[in-house]
Amino acid sequence: MLTGSLRHCHCRREICMLIRRPSDILPSEITRREVWQRRRTLLRAALAATGAAVLPAAVRAAEKLPELRKSPLSTEEEPTDYEHVVNYNNFYEFGYKKPDPAERAKEFRTRPWSVRITGACEAPGEIGVEDLLRLFPQEERIYRLRCVEAWAMVIPWVGFPLSSLLQRFRPTSEAKYVAFETLYDPERMPGQRTKVLDWPYREGLRIDEALHPLTILATGLYGEILPNQNGAPLRLVVPWKYGFKSIKSIVAIHLQQHQPPTSWNALSADEYGFFANVNPEIDHPRWSQKYHRNIGDGLFAAKRETRLFNGYATQVGDLYSGMDLKKFF
Amino acid sequence: MVLFGRAVTGDLGANPVEELTHRSGDWALRFLLLTLAVTPARNLLRWSLLLRYRRMLGLFAFAYALTHFLIWLILGQSLMWPEIFRDLIGRPYVAVGMLAFVLLIPLAATSAAAMRRRLGATWKQLHRLVYLSAALGVVHFFWLTKADWSEPAAYAMVLAVLLVLRVRRQPARRETE
Repeated sequence: MLTGSLRHCHCRREICMLIRRPSDILPSEITRREVWQRRRTLLRAALAATGAAVLPAAVRAAEKLPELRKSPLSTEEEPTDYEHVVNYNNFYEFGYKKPDPAERAKEFRTRPWSVRITGACEAPGEIGVEDLLRLFPQEERIYRLRCVEAWAMVIPWVGFPLSSLLQRFRPTSEAKYVAFETLYDPERMPGQRTKVLDWPYREGLRIDEALHPLTILATGLYGEILPNQNGAPLRLVVPWKYGFKSIKSIVAIHLQQHQPPTSWNALSADEYGFFANVNPEIDHPRWSQKYHRNIGDGLFAAKRETRLFNGYATQVGDLYSGMDLKKFF
Repeated sequence: MVLFGRAVTGDLGANPVEELTHRSGDWALRFLLLTLAVTPARNLLRWSLLLRYRRMLGLFAFAYALTHFLIWLILGQSLMWPEIFRDLIGRPYVAVGMLAFVLLIPLAATSAAAMRRRLGATWKQLHRLVYLSAALGVVHFFWLTKADWSEPAAYAMVLAVLLVLRVRRQPARRETE
Protein backbone atom coordinates (compact mmCIF):
# COMPACT_ATOMS: atom_id res chain seq x y z
CA MET A 1 0.00 0.00 0.00
CA LEU A 2 2.73 2.38 1.03
CA THR A 3 4.78 1.81 -2.09
CA GLY A 4 1.71 1.92 -4.27
CA SER A 5 0.65 5.40 -3.27
CA LEU A 6 4.14 6.83 -3.44
CA ARG A 7 4.83 5.32 -6.78
CA HIS A 8 1.63 6.92 -7.92
CA CYS A 9 2.85 10.36 -6.76
CA HIS A 10 6.05 9.82 -8.57
CA CYS A 11 4.21 9.05 -11.81
CA ARG A 12 2.05 12.12 -11.40
CA ARG A 13 5.11 14.28 -11.08
CA GLU A 14 6.49 12.84 -14.26
CA ILE A 15 3.25 13.61 -16.04
CA CYS A 16 3.39 17.20 -14.76
CA MET A 17 6.89 17.51 -16.03
CA LEU A 18 5.82 16.32 -19.42
CA ILE A 19 3.04 18.89 -19.56
CA ARG A 20 5.24 21.79 -18.52
CA ARG A 21 7.57 23.18 -21.03
CA PRO A 22 11.15 22.22 -20.16
CA SER A 23 12.22 25.85 -19.75
CA ASP A 24 9.72 26.28 -16.92
CA ILE A 25 11.56 23.96 -14.64
CA LEU A 26 14.14 25.44 -12.39
CA PRO A 27 17.26 23.30 -12.01
CA SER A 28 16.68 23.37 -8.25
CA GLU A 29 13.28 21.79 -8.68
CA ILE A 30 14.59 18.65 -10.26
CA THR A 31 15.19 15.81 -7.87
CA ARG A 32 18.59 14.39 -8.50
CA ARG A 33 18.59 10.75 -9.50
CA GLU A 34 20.76 9.70 -6.56
CA VAL A 35 18.42 11.45 -4.17
CA TRP A 36 15.25 9.76 -5.26
CA GLN A 37 17.05 6.53 -5.53
CA ARG A 38 18.19 6.92 -1.96
CA ARG A 39 14.61 7.76 -1.00
CA ARG A 40 13.43 4.54 -2.56
CA THR A 41 16.10 2.63 -0.67
CA LEU A 42 15.00 4.28 2.56
CA LEU A 43 11.44 3.54 1.71
CA ARG A 44 12.26 -0.08 1.13
CA ALA A 45 14.12 -0.24 4.40
CA ALA A 46 11.19 1.39 6.18
CA LEU A 47 8.87 -1.10 4.57
CA ALA A 48 11.13 -3.89 5.59
CA ALA A 49 11.16 -2.64 9.14
CA THR A 50 7.60 -1.52 9.74
CA GLY A 51 5.25 -1.96 6.84
CA ALA A 52 6.11 -5.63 6.52
CA ALA A 53 3.72 -6.58 9.29
CA VAL A 54 0.68 -5.54 7.26
CA LEU A 55 1.68 -7.41 4.16
CA PRO A 56 0.98 -11.10 3.65
CA ALA A 57 3.97 -13.36 4.03
CA ALA A 58 4.32 -14.10 0.33
CA VAL A 59 4.66 -10.43 -0.54
CA ARG A 60 6.92 -9.82 2.40
CA ALA A 61 9.27 -12.65 1.54
CA ALA A 62 9.78 -11.21 -1.91
CA GLU A 63 10.80 -7.84 -0.47
CA LYS A 64 14.43 -7.20 -1.25
CA LEU A 65 16.56 -5.59 1.41
CA PRO A 66 18.60 -2.53 0.45
CA GLU A 67 22.13 -3.02 -0.81
CA LEU A 68 24.09 -5.26 1.49
CA ARG A 69 27.72 -5.24 2.45
CA LYS A 70 29.55 -8.37 1.42
CA SER A 71 31.67 -10.06 4.02
CA PRO A 72 35.11 -11.65 3.81
CA LEU A 73 33.74 -14.26 6.22
CA SER A 74 31.39 -15.59 3.54
CA THR A 75 32.10 -18.93 1.90
CA GLU A 76 32.63 -19.17 -1.84
CA GLU A 77 30.49 -22.27 -2.03
CA GLU A 78 27.35 -22.30 -4.13
CA PRO A 79 24.31 -21.49 -1.97
CA THR A 80 21.55 -24.09 -1.62
CA ASP A 81 18.46 -23.42 -3.77
CA TYR A 82 16.16 -20.82 -2.25
CA GLU A 83 13.24 -23.25 -2.54
CA HIS A 84 15.02 -25.78 -0.35
CA VAL A 85 16.16 -23.18 2.17
CA VAL A 86 12.58 -22.02 2.76
CA ASN A 87 10.82 -25.39 2.54
CA TYR A 88 13.04 -27.78 4.47
CA ASN A 89 13.03 -26.50 8.00
CA ASN A 90 13.31 -27.76 11.54
CA PHE A 91 11.21 -25.29 13.48
CA TYR A 92 9.19 -27.39 15.91
CA GLU A 93 7.13 -24.39 17.02
CA PHE A 94 5.37 -24.81 13.68
CA GLY A 95 5.26 -28.61 13.43
CA TYR A 96 7.67 -31.49 13.53
CA LYS A 97 8.03 -32.34 9.85
CA LYS A 98 10.31 -30.46 7.47
CA PRO A 99 7.59 -28.87 5.28
CA ASP A 100 5.39 -27.89 8.27
CA PRO A 101 7.01 -24.54 9.12
CA ALA A 102 6.68 -23.21 5.55
CA GLU A 103 3.02 -24.16 5.61
CA ARG A 104 2.05 -23.24 9.15
CA ALA A 105 4.13 -20.10 9.75
CA LYS A 106 2.55 -18.24 6.84
CA GLU A 107 0.24 -16.16 9.01
CA PHE A 108 2.76 -15.65 11.81
CA ARG A 109 2.98 -11.93 12.62
CA THR A 110 6.43 -10.66 13.46
CA ARG A 111 5.49 -7.04 14.23
CA PRO A 112 5.51 -5.53 16.73
CA TRP A 113 8.56 -7.41 18.00
CA SER A 114 11.20 -6.56 20.51
CA VAL A 115 14.04 -8.30 22.27
CA ARG A 116 14.74 -7.96 26.00
CA ILE A 117 18.40 -7.87 26.98
CA THR A 118 18.82 -8.50 30.70
CA GLY A 119 21.23 -9.83 33.31
CA ALA A 120 24.91 -9.10 33.69
CA CYS A 121 25.09 -5.87 31.72
CA GLU A 122 25.28 -2.19 32.59
CA ALA A 123 22.39 -1.08 30.42
CA PRO A 124 19.68 -3.74 30.36
CA GLY A 125 16.73 -2.91 28.19
CA GLU A 126 14.49 -3.73 25.32
CA ILE A 127 15.09 -3.07 21.65
CA GLY A 128 12.61 -3.16 18.79
CA VAL A 129 13.35 -4.97 15.56
CA GLU A 130 13.01 -1.73 13.58
CA ASP A 131 15.75 -0.22 15.73
CA LEU A 132 17.94 -3.27 15.22
CA LEU A 133 17.64 -2.89 11.47
CA ARG A 134 18.33 0.82 11.70
CA LEU A 135 21.19 0.74 14.19
CA PHE A 136 23.24 -2.14 12.84
CA PRO A 137 24.43 -2.22 9.25
CA GLN A 138 23.10 -5.38 7.65
CA GLU A 139 25.52 -7.49 5.70
CA GLU A 140 25.48 -10.67 3.71
CA ARG A 141 27.07 -13.74 5.30
CA ILE A 142 27.14 -16.88 3.20
CA TYR A 143 27.61 -19.70 5.68
CA ARG A 144 27.55 -23.46 5.70
CA LEU A 145 24.86 -24.89 7.94
CA ARG A 146 25.27 -28.41 9.28
CA CYS A 147 22.26 -29.98 10.95
CA VAL A 148 22.73 -32.56 13.72
CA GLU A 149 20.61 -34.85 11.50
CA ALA A 150 23.53 -35.18 9.05
CA TRP A 151 22.32 -32.90 6.29
CA ALA A 152 23.74 -29.53 5.30
CA MET A 153 23.02 -26.37 3.33
CA VAL A 154 24.84 -23.22 2.27
CA ILE A 155 22.75 -20.17 3.16
CA PRO A 156 23.28 -16.52 2.20
CA TRP A 157 22.14 -14.95 5.45
CA VAL A 158 21.60 -11.26 6.02
CA GLY A 159 22.39 -9.98 9.47
CA PHE A 160 24.84 -8.35 11.81
CA PRO A 161 27.32 -9.56 14.42
CA LEU A 162 25.74 -10.53 17.73
CA SER A 163 28.68 -8.80 19.38
CA SER A 164 27.49 -5.37 18.11
CA LEU A 165 24.18 -5.87 19.87
CA LEU A 166 25.70 -7.21 23.08
CA GLN A 167 28.33 -4.43 23.31
CA ARG A 168 25.56 -1.86 23.16
CA PHE A 169 24.18 -3.19 26.45
CA ARG A 170 27.67 -3.27 27.98
CA PRO A 171 28.13 -6.75 29.47
CA THR A 172 29.85 -6.84 32.86
CA SER A 173 32.67 -9.17 33.85
CA GLU A 174 30.05 -11.51 35.29
CA ALA A 175 28.67 -12.19 31.85
CA LYS A 176 30.21 -15.60 31.17
CA TYR A 177 27.32 -17.05 29.20
CA VAL A 178 24.50 -15.79 27.01
CA ALA A 179 21.05 -17.39 27.20
CA PHE A 180 18.53 -17.00 24.38
CA GLU A 181 14.81 -17.60 24.37
CA THR A 182 12.27 -18.01 21.56
CA LEU A 183 8.79 -16.51 21.73
CA TYR A 184 6.32 -18.59 23.74
CA ASP A 185 2.84 -18.17 22.32
CA PRO A 186 0.93 -21.41 21.60
CA GLU A 187 -1.79 -19.33 19.93
CA ARG A 188 0.63 -18.23 17.25
CA MET A 189 3.00 -21.18 17.37
CA PRO A 190 0.81 -24.28 17.10
CA GLY A 191 3.69 -26.68 17.68
CA GLN A 192 3.94 -25.39 21.26
CA ARG A 193 0.50 -26.85 22.05
CA THR A 194 2.17 -30.25 22.27
CA LYS A 195 4.92 -30.65 24.82
CA VAL A 196 7.44 -32.21 22.47
CA LEU A 197 10.10 -29.92 23.93
CA ASP A 198 9.96 -27.94 27.15
CA TRP A 199 8.80 -24.64 25.64
CA PRO A 200 9.93 -21.96 25.13
CA TYR A 201 12.93 -23.10 23.11
CA ARG A 202 16.13 -22.11 24.85
CA GLU A 203 19.70 -21.95 23.67
CA GLY A 204 22.97 -20.66 25.01
CA LEU A 205 26.54 -19.75 24.15
CA ARG A 206 29.67 -19.08 26.12
CA ILE A 207 30.43 -15.34 26.01
CA ASP A 208 33.52 -15.78 23.81
CA GLU A 209 31.45 -17.78 21.33
CA ALA A 210 28.74 -15.14 21.39
CA LEU A 211 31.24 -12.35 20.73
CA HIS A 212 33.03 -14.22 17.94
CA PRO A 213 32.84 -12.34 14.63
CA LEU A 214 31.31 -15.37 12.88
CA THR A 215 28.32 -15.34 15.23
CA ILE A 216 25.52 -13.27 13.79
CA LEU A 217 21.90 -12.40 14.33
CA ALA A 218 20.14 -12.97 11.02
CA THR A 219 17.33 -10.75 9.81
CA GLY A 220 17.15 -12.05 6.27
CA LEU A 221 18.36 -14.51 3.67
CA TYR A 222 18.91 -14.36 -0.06
CA GLY A 223 18.79 -10.55 0.18
CA GLU A 224 15.26 -10.65 1.53
CA ILE A 225 13.58 -10.26 4.88
CA LEU A 226 13.84 -13.49 6.85
CA PRO A 227 10.94 -15.78 5.91
CA ASN A 228 8.85 -16.78 8.93
CA GLN A 229 9.77 -20.46 8.63
CA ASN A 230 13.46 -19.57 8.94
CA GLY A 231 13.04 -17.86 12.30
CA ALA A 232 11.67 -14.39 11.62
CA PRO A 233 12.18 -11.71 12.58
CA LEU A 234 15.48 -12.44 14.29
CA ARG A 235 17.50 -15.60 14.74
CA LEU A 236 20.94 -16.64 15.82
CA VAL A 237 23.41 -18.16 13.33
CA VAL A 238 26.48 -19.95 14.69
CA PRO A 239 27.94 -21.67 11.62
CA TRP A 240 30.43 -23.97 13.37
CA LYS A 241 27.78 -25.54 15.59
CA TYR A 242 24.93 -27.90 14.75
CA GLY A 243 21.87 -26.06 13.49
CA PHE A 244 19.79 -26.49 16.62
CA LYS A 245 22.07 -24.01 18.42
CA SER A 246 20.92 -21.28 16.02
CA ILE A 247 17.74 -20.39 17.89
CA LYS A 248 14.89 -18.76 15.98
CA SER A 249 12.39 -15.94 16.65
CA ILE A 250 14.32 -14.60 19.64
CA VAL A 251 12.52 -12.49 22.26
CA ALA A 252 14.98 -12.57 25.15
CA ILE A 253 18.73 -12.52 25.67
CA HIS A 254 20.10 -12.93 29.16
CA LEU A 255 23.72 -12.47 30.20
CA GLN A 256 24.71 -14.64 33.12
CA GLN A 257 27.49 -16.25 35.09
CA HIS A 258 26.44 -19.89 34.74
CA GLN A 259 25.86 -22.15 31.78
CA PRO A 260 22.17 -21.86 30.89
CA PRO A 261 19.89 -24.87 30.32
CA THR A 262 19.18 -25.51 26.64
CA SER A 263 16.19 -27.25 25.05
CA TRP A 264 17.59 -30.26 23.18
CA ASN A 265 20.18 -30.86 25.86
CA ALA A 266 17.41 -30.94 28.47
CA LEU A 267 15.49 -33.48 26.39
CA SER A 268 18.43 -35.79 25.83
CA ALA A 269 21.76 -34.80 27.32
CA ASP A 270 23.76 -37.68 25.85
CA GLU A 271 22.61 -36.86 22.33
CA TYR A 272 22.74 -33.07 22.25
CA GLY A 273 25.59 -31.39 24.10
CA PHE A 274 25.68 -27.78 25.24
CA PHE A 275 28.53 -26.96 22.88
CA ALA A 276 27.22 -28.97 19.91
CA ASN A 277 30.26 -28.11 17.83
CA VAL A 278 30.23 -29.87 14.47
CA ASN A 279 32.68 -32.74 14.88
CA PRO A 280 32.97 -35.81 12.63
CA GLU A 281 34.78 -37.71 15.38
CA ILE A 282 31.95 -37.52 17.86
CA ASP A 283 28.92 -39.48 16.75
CA HIS A 284 25.41 -38.84 17.78
CA PRO A 285 24.58 -41.96 19.82
CA ARG A 286 22.11 -43.05 17.14
CA TRP A 287 23.90 -42.06 13.97
CA SER A 288 27.30 -41.20 12.57
CA GLN A 289 28.41 -37.59 12.14
CA LYS A 290 31.30 -38.49 9.81
CA TYR A 291 29.38 -37.68 6.65
CA HIS A 292 26.47 -35.51 5.66
CA ARG A 293 24.25 -35.02 2.68
CA ASN A 294 24.11 -31.61 1.03
CA ILE A 295 20.53 -30.60 0.39
CA GLY A 296 20.04 -30.22 -3.34
CA ASP A 297 22.72 -32.76 -4.22
CA GLY A 298 20.03 -35.17 -5.33
CA LEU A 299 19.29 -38.82 -5.01
CA PHE A 300 22.47 -40.44 -6.21
CA ALA A 301 25.06 -37.97 -4.97
CA ALA A 302 27.72 -39.28 -2.65
CA LYS A 303 27.68 -38.10 0.91
CA ARG A 304 30.19 -35.46 1.89
CA GLU A 305 32.76 -35.60 4.61
CA THR A 306 31.91 -33.49 7.63
CA ARG A 307 34.74 -31.25 8.83
CA LEU A 308 35.70 -30.26 12.35
CA PHE A 309 33.81 -27.09 13.36
CA ASN A 310 32.00 -27.35 10.02
CA GLY A 311 35.13 -26.15 8.22
CA TYR A 312 35.56 -23.07 10.43
CA ALA A 313 38.35 -24.60 12.52
CA THR A 314 40.93 -21.93 11.63
CA GLN A 315 38.60 -19.20 12.87
CA VAL A 316 37.16 -20.85 15.98
CA GLY A 317 39.61 -23.58 16.95
CA ASP A 318 41.28 -21.29 19.51
CA LEU A 319 38.07 -21.00 21.50
CA TYR A 320 38.40 -24.65 22.45
CA SER A 321 42.15 -25.12 22.80
CA GLY A 322 42.94 -27.50 25.64
CA MET A 323 39.31 -28.54 25.95
CA ASP A 324 38.34 -32.21 25.83
CA LEU A 325 35.95 -32.15 22.91
CA LYS A 326 34.79 -35.69 23.65
CA LYS A 327 33.67 -34.67 27.09
CA PHE A 328 32.36 -31.22 26.18
CA PHE A 329 30.61 -32.18 22.96
CA MET B 1 8.32 -47.19 -8.35
CA VAL B 2 6.07 -44.16 -8.42
CA LEU B 3 7.89 -42.84 -5.38
CA PHE B 4 11.20 -43.42 -7.05
CA GLY B 5 10.16 -41.57 -10.20
CA ARG B 6 9.03 -38.63 -8.15
CA ALA B 7 12.31 -38.62 -6.25
CA VAL B 8 14.30 -38.47 -9.47
CA THR B 9 12.23 -35.56 -10.79
CA GLY B 10 12.79 -33.69 -7.55
CA ASP B 11 9.20 -33.93 -6.44
CA LEU B 12 10.14 -35.39 -3.07
CA GLY B 13 11.57 -32.18 -1.74
CA ALA B 14 14.94 -31.15 -0.50
CA ASN B 15 16.09 -34.47 0.87
CA PRO B 16 14.75 -37.23 -1.40
CA VAL B 17 16.86 -39.97 0.18
CA GLU B 18 15.43 -39.27 3.61
CA GLU B 19 11.93 -39.03 2.17
CA LEU B 20 12.23 -42.36 0.31
CA THR B 21 13.66 -44.06 3.37
CA HIS B 22 10.89 -42.79 5.61
CA ARG B 23 8.05 -43.54 3.23
CA SER B 24 9.17 -47.07 2.39
CA GLY B 25 9.65 -47.77 6.09
CA ASP B 26 6.21 -46.38 6.91
CA TRP B 27 4.57 -48.62 4.30
CA ALA B 28 6.47 -51.71 5.36
CA LEU B 29 5.17 -51.24 8.89
CA ARG B 30 1.65 -50.41 7.73
CA PHE B 31 1.38 -53.51 5.57
CA LEU B 32 2.83 -55.63 8.33
CA LEU B 33 0.17 -54.41 10.74
CA LEU B 34 -2.52 -54.86 8.08
CA THR B 35 -1.38 -58.45 7.60
CA LEU B 36 -1.65 -59.03 11.32
CA ALA B 37 -5.10 -57.46 11.33
CA VAL B 38 -6.52 -59.97 8.86
CA THR B 39 -7.26 -62.81 11.27
CA PRO B 40 -8.82 -60.62 14.01
CA ALA B 41 -10.84 -58.82 11.35
CA ARG B 42 -12.08 -62.13 9.97
CA ASN B 43 -13.09 -63.26 13.43
CA LEU B 44 -14.84 -60.00 14.20
CA LEU B 45 -16.61 -59.66 10.87
CA ARG B 46 -16.96 -63.42 10.30
CA TRP B 47 -15.83 -62.79 6.77
CA SER B 48 -13.35 -65.46 5.75
CA LEU B 49 -12.85 -64.03 2.29
CA LEU B 50 -10.41 -61.61 3.93
CA LEU B 51 -8.01 -64.46 4.59
CA ARG B 52 -7.24 -64.75 0.89
CA TYR B 53 -5.57 -61.37 0.95
CA ARG B 54 -3.34 -62.08 3.92
CA ARG B 55 -0.47 -63.49 1.90
CA MET B 56 -0.65 -60.63 -0.56
CA LEU B 57 -0.51 -58.06 2.26
CA GLY B 58 2.36 -59.91 3.85
CA LEU B 59 4.30 -59.91 0.63
CA PHE B 60 3.64 -56.20 0.18
CA ALA B 61 5.09 -55.64 3.64
CA PHE B 62 8.15 -57.66 2.66
CA ALA B 63 8.54 -55.79 -0.64
CA TYR B 64 8.48 -52.44 1.17
CA ALA B 65 10.87 -53.67 3.85
CA LEU B 66 13.23 -54.86 1.12
CA THR B 67 12.96 -51.49 -0.67
CA HIS B 68 13.55 -49.70 2.62
CA PHE B 69 16.64 -51.84 3.25
CA LEU B 70 18.03 -51.29 -0.25
CA ILE B 71 17.45 -47.53 -0.13
CA TRP B 72 19.31 -47.39 3.16
CA LEU B 73 22.11 -49.56 1.82
CA ILE B 74 22.62 -47.97 -1.59
CA LEU B 75 21.34 -44.40 -1.41
CA GLY B 76 21.60 -43.78 2.32
CA GLN B 77 24.98 -45.35 2.99
CA SER B 78 26.34 -45.25 -0.58
CA LEU B 79 27.49 -48.86 -0.04
CA MET B 80 30.24 -47.70 2.28
CA TRP B 81 30.74 -51.03 4.00
CA PRO B 82 32.83 -49.93 7.00
CA GLU B 83 30.15 -47.36 7.84
CA ILE B 84 27.40 -49.90 7.30
CA PHE B 85 28.96 -52.42 9.66
CA ARG B 86 29.70 -49.73 12.20
CA ASP B 87 26.04 -48.73 12.14
CA LEU B 88 24.82 -52.30 12.37
CA ILE B 89 26.95 -53.03 15.39
CA GLY B 90 26.99 -49.68 17.09
CA ARG B 91 23.47 -48.46 16.60
CA PRO B 92 20.68 -50.43 18.19
CA TYR B 93 17.95 -48.90 16.03
CA VAL B 94 19.72 -50.00 12.87
CA ALA B 95 20.34 -53.48 14.26
CA VAL B 96 16.74 -53.84 15.39
CA GLY B 97 15.41 -52.70 12.01
CA MET B 98 17.74 -55.07 10.26
CA LEU B 99 16.58 -57.97 12.41
CA ALA B 100 12.94 -57.11 11.73
CA PHE B 101 13.72 -57.30 8.02
CA VAL B 102 15.80 -60.48 8.20
CA LEU B 103 12.98 -62.25 10.06
CA LEU B 104 10.67 -61.53 7.14
CA ILE B 105 12.94 -63.25 4.60
CA PRO B 106 12.09 -66.88 5.52
CA LEU B 107 8.44 -65.92 5.74
CA ALA B 108 8.42 -64.48 2.25
CA ALA B 109 10.42 -67.44 0.96
CA THR B 110 7.92 -69.95 2.34
CA SER B 111 4.83 -68.03 1.39
CA ALA B 112 3.92 -70.15 -1.64
CA ALA B 113 1.04 -72.58 -1.16
CA ALA B 114 3.26 -75.57 -2.01
CA MET B 115 5.79 -74.60 0.66
CA ARG B 116 3.02 -74.25 3.16
CA ARG B 117 1.78 -77.75 2.42
CA ARG B 118 5.24 -79.24 2.55
CA LEU B 119 6.14 -77.62 5.89
CA GLY B 120 2.85 -78.48 7.56
CA ALA B 121 2.80 -77.58 11.25
CA THR B 122 6.29 -76.11 11.07
CA TRP B 123 4.99 -73.48 8.69
CA LYS B 124 2.58 -72.14 11.27
CA GLN B 125 5.28 -71.99 13.93
CA LEU B 126 7.72 -70.37 11.54
CA HIS B 127 5.23 -67.73 10.51
CA ARG B 128 4.65 -66.69 14.11
CA LEU B 129 7.92 -64.79 13.60
CA VAL B 130 5.81 -62.10 12.00
CA TYR B 131 4.79 -60.89 15.48
CA LEU B 132 8.40 -60.50 16.48
CA SER B 133 9.20 -58.71 13.24
CA ALA B 134 6.33 -56.24 13.67
CA ALA B 135 7.30 -55.58 17.28
CA LEU B 136 10.91 -54.97 16.27
CA GLY B 137 9.69 -52.69 13.48
CA VAL B 138 7.82 -50.55 15.99
CA VAL B 139 10.83 -50.49 18.35
CA HIS B 140 12.98 -49.46 15.37
CA PHE B 141 10.64 -46.53 14.70
CA PHE B 142 10.62 -45.47 18.36
CA TRP B 143 14.37 -45.65 18.61
CA LEU B 144 15.07 -43.43 15.63
CA THR B 145 12.56 -40.76 16.57
CA LYS B 146 14.01 -37.50 17.84
CA ALA B 147 11.26 -35.92 19.86
CA ASP B 148 7.74 -36.30 18.49
CA TRP B 149 6.77 -39.80 19.52
CA SER B 150 3.12 -39.59 18.50
CA GLU B 151 3.57 -41.50 15.23
CA PRO B 152 5.53 -44.50 16.55
CA ALA B 153 3.17 -44.48 19.54
CA ALA B 154 0.21 -44.84 17.17
CA TYR B 155 1.82 -47.87 15.50
CA ALA B 156 2.61 -49.33 18.91
CA MET B 157 -1.03 -48.94 19.98
CA VAL B 158 -2.31 -50.72 16.88
CA LEU B 159 0.18 -53.52 17.38
CA ALA B 160 -0.75 -53.82 21.05
CA VAL B 161 -4.46 -54.08 20.20
CA LEU B 162 -3.75 -56.75 17.59
CA LEU B 163 -1.61 -58.74 20.01
CA VAL B 164 -4.22 -58.52 22.78
CA LEU B 165 -6.84 -59.84 20.38
CA ARG B 166 -4.60 -62.84 19.66
CA VAL B 167 -3.78 -63.57 23.27
CA ARG B 168 -7.44 -63.48 24.21
CA ARG B 169 -8.25 -66.18 21.70
CA GLN B 170 -5.24 -68.29 22.52
CA PRO B 171 -6.42 -70.05 25.76
CA ALA B 172 -9.64 -71.24 24.16
CA ARG B 173 -7.70 -72.78 21.31
CA ARG B 174 -5.27 -74.46 23.65
CA GLU B 175 -8.10 -76.30 25.41
CA THR B 176 -9.25 -77.87 22.20
CA GLU B 177 -5.78 -79.00 21.23
